[in-house]
Amino acid sequence: MKNFGILAAILPFAALLVIAFLFTVGWERPPIGYEQTGYRGTGMQEPNNPREQAMLAALNAIPEEIYPLDSPADLAQADKAGDVYENVQVLGDLPEPQFIRLMTAITEWVSPEQGCNYCHNPDNLADDSVYTKVVARRMIQMTRDVNANWQDHVKETGVTCYTCHRGNPVPENVWFDEEPQRYAGKGMLGWNHDQNRPSAQNGYTSLPATSLASYLAGDGNIRVQATAALPTDAGGASIKQTEETYGLMMHMSSSLGVGCTYCHNTQAIGSWEMSPPTRTTAWHGIRMVRGINADYLAPLQGTFPENRLGPTGDVAKANCATCHQGVFKPFYGATMLDKYPSLAPMK
Amino acid sequence: MALLSFERKYRVRGGTLIGGDLFDFWFGPFYVGFFGVLTIFFSVLGTALIFWGAALGPTWNPWLISIAPPDISYGLALAPLAEGGLWQIITMCAIGAFVSWALREVEICRKLGIGYHVPIAFGVAIFAYVTLVVIRPFLLGAWGHGFPYGIFSHLDWVSNVGYQFLHFHYNPAHMLAVSFFFTTCLLLSLHGAVVLSSVNPQPGETIKTPEHEDTYVRDTIGYSVGTLGIHRLGLFVALNAGFWSAVCIVISGPFWTRGWPEWWNWWLDLPVWG
Repeated sequence: MKNFGILAAILPFAALLVIAFLFTVGWERPPIGYEQTGYRGTGMQEPNNPREQAMLAALNAIPEEIYPLDSPADLAQADKAGDVYENVQVLGDLPEPQFIRLMTAITEWVSPEQGCNYCHNPDNLADDSVYTKVVARRMIQMTRDVNANWQDHVKETGVTCYTCHRGNPVPENVWFDEEPQRYAGKGMLGWNHDQNRPSAQNGYTSLPATSLASYLAGDGNIRVQATAALPTDAGGASIKQTEETYGLMMHMSSSLGVGCTYCHNTQAIGSWEMSPPTRTTAWHGIRMVRGINADYLAPLQGTFPENRLGPTGDVAKANCATCHQGVFKPFYGATMLDKYPSLAPMK
Repeated sequence: MALLSFERKYRVRGGTLIGGDLFDFWFGPFYVGFFGVLTIFFSVLGTALIFWGAALGPTWNPWLISIAPPDISYGLALAPLAEGGLWQIITMCAIGAFVSWALREVEICRKLGIGYHVPIAFGVAIFAYVTLVVIRPFLLGAWGHGFPYGIFSHLDWVSNVGYQFLHFHYNPAHMLAVSFFFTTCLLLSLHGAVVLSSVNPQPGETIKTPEHEDTYVRDTIGYSVGTLGIHRLGLFVALNAGFWSAVCIVISGPFWTRGWPEWWNWWLDLPVWG
């Protein structure tokens, strides 16, 4: 078999490396599901693992309705919550039975183990001395604002407390400003721009860890794609800006469990004409999260006790994962608003 | 066309795999053989079908003509001609033409009494193509995962499929393939430079021998693999480039659906980091 000498050299080498690959974790297997999102043959397709999908579907099911809402006729006759209870600043217009039902639902969604007293002083439910009650009031306003004014992102599906909380008093997917670790070692190795710290947030890449602060707390522009083939006199985005932007994109990708092609045709990543409509939804989502962080969460800094603040003293903030939790639409697009109309915009 | 001095040795009867003496003849300087006829058949039919597909399409701009595979919804079934069926038949023609050409190379090797290095090397290239348009689509359950036949469109496909996995450069097999491609180029350029320098001496000097080349390379980079060895090494790195290309795409999708950067978590999780 002298003619196969070259194969005799290659095959053991190939086999060795393939075996080495097999000892790393995370491999999957066919059958693999694929969703086609563009014209055939363009590669606009999203892979998914059916086994993983089954697990995600169980994690992203909406909870059962706690109990049915009274009929509109009964609600019309009921007293208003604001007339029955003291200090009902936001939900005072709700009929009393609907108000109590919402309070019960919020307990199930946010503090199922801690109960009513997580937010209320049991001796005086109207008392605002428990900080969580002040925060919860602001969060109800935020939920209504999102459902009424950010339909470009949340559509008619909307959000409820459960979209983020999922039974946790503090949503699992929140973020704080990172403690700056901008020098590798003790300064000898130079400035590292918060890079080379792989995490789920930056898709386990070397991209900077500061992307959320720049683009979801700050309002930096995400415009790094060149529009000309060669460098122009006007300059363009720096490598630093580009990497920070890509860090944000990695965050969006891991939060939604999708690849770049879910929102971009990579033939021209910056071209809106070529992008799927999902990119427009995402654009509004970025603005929505900025609004949530700037208008609702950041102003609560003085309300939270110190143990709820981050290492640099900032409040817990929202990002894409806060609601999405690994799927492209929270709860795969199932809505809870029809059961809890008091959180939906007034019709 | 003039008969070259060594063609007398090349034009020997026999060595055919199939068809006996029937196709054992030359057309001008070209050996025909049964597989030469098959190659002509498949390549003419496939090319004609590409022109048919182009005629159905929106453009005659050669850069933009594209024959796209079927929608994923067709699965592994046949699709209507205008909706990917042409791509399916053209794919069969392409594989038929490539394999026939490889087998024609085998017949020529048998005529010349030489090793099968050339058809084996070409077979690795065919294997990479078949991985892209048959093996991977089969593992994913739809012909729609093949790449489109067009100059720009296949590049767009490569880009989009790469970005499905966030950053394809983190794909370990892609890393190997790229390294082997670059090494192939480096070795070819070093080897070619040494040979051309040896046989094109300064005016008044004689051409240099392989011993001179070996000495030069030893002086420059410390080791010379030798005149025969460089060709074995070149074949080794070139075939590995094609082989790992095939591996890097067949694992993307069938055996890994997430971003490739995440694969490297085994490195981050090594116990040595504590």
